Amino acid sequence: MKRETRRLLKKFFSNFSACLGFVLLVFFFIVAVGAPYIAPPKSARDPYMMPIVTWSSNPLPPSPEHPFGVAGKRDIFYGVVWGTRTAFRIGIIVTVVSTLIGLAVGSIAGYFGKLVDEILMRITDIFMAIPFLVAAIVLATILGAGLDKVIIALIVFSWMYSARLVRGNILQVKEEQFVMAARALGVSDFMIILRHVLPNSIFPVLIQASMRMGSLVITAAALSFLGIGAPQGYADWGALLNYARNWMMGSQGEALRYWYMTVFPGVAMVLFVLAWNLVGDALRDVFDPRLRM
Amino acid sequence: MSSAVILKVENLKKYFPIRAGVFRKVIAWVKAVDGVSFEVLGGESLGIVGESGCGKSTLGMTILRLYEPTEGKIFFNGQEISGLPFARLRPIRKDMQMIFQDPFSSLNPRMSIGAIIEEGMAVHGMYSPRERSSKVQEILERVGLSGNYARRYPHEFSGGQRQRIGIARAIALCPRLIIADEAVSSLDVSIRSQILNLMSELKEEYNLTYLFISHDLAVVKQICDRVLVMYLGKIVEIAGKKDLFSRPLHPYTVALVSAVPVPDPDYKVDRIILKGDVPSPINPPSGCRFHPRCPVVQDICREVEPSLREIQEGRWVACHFPGSLGLKRTKEVGVEC
Amino acid sequence: MLQKNLLEVRDLRVYFYSDEKRELKAVDGVSFSVGKGETLALVGESGCGKSVTSMAILRLVDSKGKITGGEVIFDGQNLLLLPESRMREIRGKDIAMIFQEPASALNPVYTIGEQILEAIMLHQKLSPSRAKEVALEMLRLVGIPEPEKRLNEYPHELSGGMKQRAMIAMALSCRPQLLIADEPTTSLDVTIQAQILELIRELQKKLGMALILITHDLGIVADMAERVVVMYAGKVVEEGNRFEIFKNPFHPYTVGLLRSIPRLDVERKKLDTIPGVVPEPSSFPVGCRFRGRCNFETGECVQEPPRTSLSNTHAVYCHHWEKVRDSNAEVLKECRAQ
Repeated sequence: MKRETRRLLKKFFSNFSACLGFVLLVFFFIVAVGAPYIAPPKSARDPYMMPIVTWSSNPLPPSPEHPFGVAGKRDIFYGVVWGTRTAFRIGIIVTVVSTLIGLAVGSIAGYFGKLVDEILMRITDIFMAIPFLVAAIVLATILGAGLDKVIIALIVFSWMYSARLVRGNILQVKEEQFVMAARALGVSDFMIILRHVLPNSIFPVLIQASMRMGSLVITAAALSFLGIGAPQGYADWGALLNYARNWMMGSQGEALRYWYMTVFPGVAMVLFVLAWNLVGDALRDVFDPRLRM
Repeated sequence: MSSAVILKVENLKKYFPIRAGVFRKVIAWVKAVDGVSFEVLGGESLGIVGESGCGKSTLGMTILRLYEPTEGKIFFNGQEISGLPFARLRPIRKDMQMIFQDPFSSLNPRMSIGAIIEEGMAVHGMYSPRERSSKVQEILERVGLSGNYARRYPHEFSGGQRQRIGIARAIALCPRLIIADEAVSSLDVSIRSQILNLMSELKEEYNLTYLFISHDLAVVKQICDRVLVMYLGKIVEIAGKKDLFSRPLHPYTVALVSAVPVPDPDYKVDRIILKGDVPSPINPPSGCRFHPRCPVVQDICREVEPSLREIQEGRWVACHFPGSLGLKRTKEVGVEC
Repeated sequence: MLQKNLLEVRDLRVYFYSDEKRELKAVDGVSFSVGKGETLALVGESGCGKSVTSMAILRLVDSKGKITGGEVIFDGQNLLLLPESRMREIRGKDIAMIFQEPASALNPVYTIGEQILEAIMLHQKLSPSRAKEVALEMLRLVGIPEPEKRLNEYPHELSGGMKQRAMIAMALSCRPQLLIADEPTTSLDVTIQAQILELIRELQKKLGMALILITHDLGIVADMAERVVVMYAGKVVEEGNRFEIFKNPFHPYTVGLLRSIPRLDVERKKLDTIPGVVPEPSSFPVGCRFRGRCNFETGECVQEPPRTSLSNTHAVYCHHWEKVRDSNAEVLKECRAQ
């Protein structure tokens, strides 16, 4: 397997956009891990709460003291740095949990078929028919504000995509003769799913998950922007944009006066999404079975 | 050669539903296997031939209960297995194995060769783990591969080698019956003979019984003792291979044998070109299913379905006028010189 | 003899380039000729280059491959030197092709009629109503029942045999001088195969066209071909008329192939085998490419085997063809003695 792994790695890193995506991800990861050193918290309080640096609610442009400027009385630089952690946290938790749910639902539906499939897929359809953002807003409102509530809302409304993909893949793999062969050997259903079906249908799911990681962060930001996400002052890119809401139009004759309020958190978000998409794209190329051998 | 009946199939039917509409209502049935009865003796190899859509593959899958039979009974070693729950079927599966057609899709690409061959032994609790891995080596060498291939993955092998691996997986369980579904059809000519010889050798060594499903009559003739011919879900003829290929009795068998091109420019045969295509198994013709294409059709054939009857010792034909269409060729079946 | 050849392929080379930029010599110095109205079979196992050769005649080698040398003389002109526009006129009009998978060679979103009409209108200036007549005539010619109805049907409504008939109708609609049939019956059942082969034979007689039949099935070759070219690993190993190839093969590969196939007409206790596997283009041996699988191999075989002409039609590429001939005679004697 070592040779195989090396071959895949070589293929991955021979692709420019894959390298770019990977480098971006590493950069964000370093920022997230090194947040306490890059932007040391001012007090011993919760470091995720952006400290209040000024008493005026007017935004302040970038200065040596506040390199990205000040918005909503808080330092944008601090928010962007610590917001990286939030982005990773939301992305990873939601993606992992929703993918696991999707895997379970999809494999059961796909492998057993018939009535089980029918019921599970109709439930999936119902969830997919609900407008995501509206439903997430309603759910988050019912559950109350807070990052954990946002995460729950996102999970509830995003597992269906992997469930569908898994089911489709399994239906395809199920027809392969090696699954028949395993049944002829007398292997149990559970082991067939675990050893034969899933390993052959999981890569598309992982690739989709890595792509979704980016878009989830946007959605979470949208919720924060609407004020239902993270609590006041929580380090989060969406929340930073929320502060910019009243200032976005600029001032008379100077449309771009408060550019720093949107550009810094915005660029962070765009790069973050881009990184995951590039990596996902490259993974798809690497694992595409048609391109093997 | 032991001549006890190892497999007995009685009036076996397998219908597949065709569903349509919002409520997925069944609108028709594909009668893939439609009332098939025969016996297989221990130690023999029985060939099942027929063209695509005749139900030969479905028959193999249904015997192994990879498909659930719609109707009919299957006896293996005297025990009825058609109604057996899966838990009780598992120990029997060890004795009935399958070799598949496609050497590329029949091996899990993410499992090593060793793991593929070992899996069945592990499921049935055969040997200790250490014994198993030495067993894997032994079997790999037996099918003509190197023992240290166990750690490699399927995509590193050619079609012929993969088919050897598929055979190794089947014989690892020391089965009594092997159902080979088009096992050599996708292989190159020079590789095909290697695999056919290997299968013949293994049959002697392990005292196997083969159910050899194939569309290729020459291959079936090479490896089988008896041949069963299917057409549209039914058996039309069963005979010893010598009889079947030298003097086929059912008009369909005659047409089939005459249609096979022979690699000898001196060989001439009155080729019987059948008109039209095989009808759909959803709505098979009335009476004898072969009647719309039969060159010697009579009125009775359109109305009355002929039953499969034994007209000579060991020769079964489902035709109202067996032998009415003869096979004319320049050269009789003989020894090669 | 030379004057009458419709197609002459000389020293054709088609190389493919792998991802690692390695040169794969899929077709390496192949020469043969086809006379007017003649049937030539190109025989070999997968990867021997028979299909690539036929695609190269039409200059339809895919983007990873390149025709790196040789000449393809058709009707007195070298096709490899013609401009692409002229080549497009020749494809379909003078040289037509039918493929193994009729299902994937027909476009599923157009009716049979539309596809045949397209083939006709591409090369002939006919009024639409006249073209439709030609299409109907073609469908009738290939024995498709109710041609008026079939014209408006889509490929999925036809059976495999009917699709192959429709493909043939399309290919022959411009009355080509040469038809290249690449495994035309491999995906069909035996009885349907017999129908299609009979049809091709009939049409060939009727239209007087030459046929290059590409196949791995030696039975079909014995049945259809006048002359045979046996290919192995990108090279021709033996060529001759069908009696020479089937009765007096002198290349160890041809001999091995003929002895290893199960046959309907003779009893064989055990099949002879050719040891080893068909090599990949990346690992073709130097010199004689059959090295490593051959019983007659000696040190000499690392040299490229010379072409030995045995008759007007029969030629073999082997250092040891005389030994093969002697061993054939011995086998025959032994067999007769029994």
